[in-house]
Amino acid sequence: MINLAVRDIRYSWWRYSLTGMVLGLLIAATITLCGIYRGMIADALSLPSTSGADIWVVQKDTLGPYAEGSSLYADEYRGLAGFPGVADVANLINFSRQVQVGTSDVRVMITGYEDGKMGQPPTIIAGRPIIQSKYEAIADKKSGFSVGDKIKIRDYEYTVVGLTERMVSPSGDPALFVRLKDAQELQLKKDTTSVYNDRKRKNASDDTNQFAKYKTNAVLVKVAPGWDINQVADNIKQWKHFEAYTYADMEHLLLSKIINKAAKQIAFFLVILEIVSAAIVALLIYTMTMSKLKEIAVLKLIGASNSLITLMILQEAWGIGIIGYLIASVVSDLWVPIFPRYIAYSTDIRVFTFALTMGICTLASLISIRAAIKIEPAAAIGG
Amino acid sequence: MKPAIVMEAITKRYGKGDKAVDALRGVNMTVYPGEVIGLIGASGSGKTTLLQCLGAIIDPTSGRIELGGNVIFNNGWLIDDIRTLRRDKIGFMFQAPYLIPFLTNIENVAMPLLLAGQPYEKARQRALELLTTLDIADKSDFKAYQLSGGQAQRVSIARALANNPPVILADEPTAPLDSQRSLSVINLLNELAKQYDTAIIVVTHDEVIIPIFKRIYRIRNGLVFEEKREIRDKGTGYLSQISS
Repeated sequence: MINLAVRDIRYSWWRYSLTGMVLGLLIAATITLCGIYRGMIADALSLPSTSGADIWVVQKDTLGPYAEGSSLYADEYRGLAGFPGVADVANLINFSRQVQVGTSDVRVMITGYEDGKMGQPPTIIAGRPIIQSKYEAIADKKSGFSVGDKIKIRDYEYTVVGLTERMVSPSGDPALFVRLKDAQELQLKKDTTSVYNDRKRKNASDDTNQFAKYKTNAVLVKVAPGWDINQVADNIKQWKHFEAYTYADMEHLLLSKIINKAAKQIAFFLVILEIVSAAIVALLIYTMTMSKLKEIAVLKLIGASNSLITLMILQEAWGIGIIGYLIASVVSDLWVPIFPRYIAYSTDIRVFTFALTMGICTLASLISIRAAIKIEPAAAIGG
Repeated sequence: MKPAIVMEAITKRYGKGDKAVDALRGVNMTVYPGEVIGLIGASGSGKTTLLQCLGAIIDPTSGRIELGGNVIFNNGWLIDDIRTLRRDKIGFMFQAPYLIPFLTNIENVAMPLLLAGQPYEKARQRALELLTTLDIADKSDFKAYQLSGGQAQRVSIARALANNPPVILADEPTAPLDSQRSLSVINLLNELAKQYDTAIIVVTHDEVIIPIFKRIYRIRNGLVFEEKREIRDKGTGYLSQISS
């Protein structure tokens, strides 16, 4: 038997191609939005998930260190290190700052880590790790920095010695890893005018030595094997009067409090996109079906069954879906890399989008199928 | 000779009660294999209704229909699969050719055979034979839009003949054609009816082609009258008009 849908698609290829192209762009937008949503989650969790910590100890009643500010004295780690069940501890600093490269500036999240401890960049994709004690940095490649770039932060000049990837803050700022000491200085250092003003206000108080009381944003804790992470976190909260978040807490906190609204925005926009896509496919299939109602009546008259006609319309709708999906794949492959933020463009998103497209095309063809089934063979005879 | 189609006391009523309309009021008609008859009448006289009853497209209200010696309707259909009956036993021609625009002409002709489950190559071969008979084989792989009105109508004739049906119902097949082409289509139908031993009923009010029919049924107010008339090509003289 001849495949009627294939013949019809070949006959009206230009109309199909045009609609497929429009649908393809909409599907590409859908794929990208799904990827943006996944990317936001991946971004939010990129630093916690690669830090190697089991527990984040932060200032009481704060959501730090990634979601909001937290401040602890830098020597608190000593007390935590002796806690039962704690295998290792490390100070961690992170804060966002505008840094200068030549004449332009870039917003980065400065992350200070202790050498050989938790919280350092997990991979170096270019250059080398930090080996000097000061003024070296490893940048996420999304920052646009290259190995050897000189970047100015406050009064200091740092050299980018290595590049890492997929290390960003929950808001998408690329990470700039520096030594913990460097980060503490950058966080605390005041410019000379501020120092002068503070002295005047406090009448030359103890601010002369501005690094006297180093602070940190969080202490990363590695739990010893065999210990229950939640139990250790509860003990820290109870005895040290800090907040202690496990990875599950951190994940919940970042996803539900930081990217929650943005995710909802994307979800609503996705729904609108899908409705528009369905309307476009439905309109085309309906127009095409209505334009050949007489021929459908003739087909029925000469023996075509309703199921054959239904299959033809469904296959045409699926054909548009497949054309649209193929165009979407090519288009999204082209534009995804130029987005400023990470887009998690995984196979499951492709599979989901394909299934969604075919579902939409099937739904969109229902109204046409109804019209085609309703037409009687008698419509072929008479005026 | 056994008739190809016999209709006895066929009625068709639309609606109920006071609003009921009797479109057909006891139609009797007999058509033999190999003959082409004309069914003429004014607009609204019941021509299309009669054709639809004959073509098993609508259900007559009462009466009896015999097709190729088999009773298929006796105050109700006696067969289960009306679609198969239409596909295998009745060929259709319409006011316009209504060829499927996305199929080639040969595929249009092969379609009834394919729908009947015949293999593609066999159906194509039969379609080519018919197109050759109708002198349009050179347009086999063309689409409908590439044909003139007359050529398209010839393709639709080939499609109607594809399953070798005992009866072909033609609903004003010359409506879109000029006089010359109308005459040639009806002459062609006459030849084909004889060649394939098919009974062809042509609904028309085309004055140009009416004189060609050897037998004419005139329909008026749901009643059918047979006009026995001069056979012009043989010149055998006038016969009296008898109503049935």
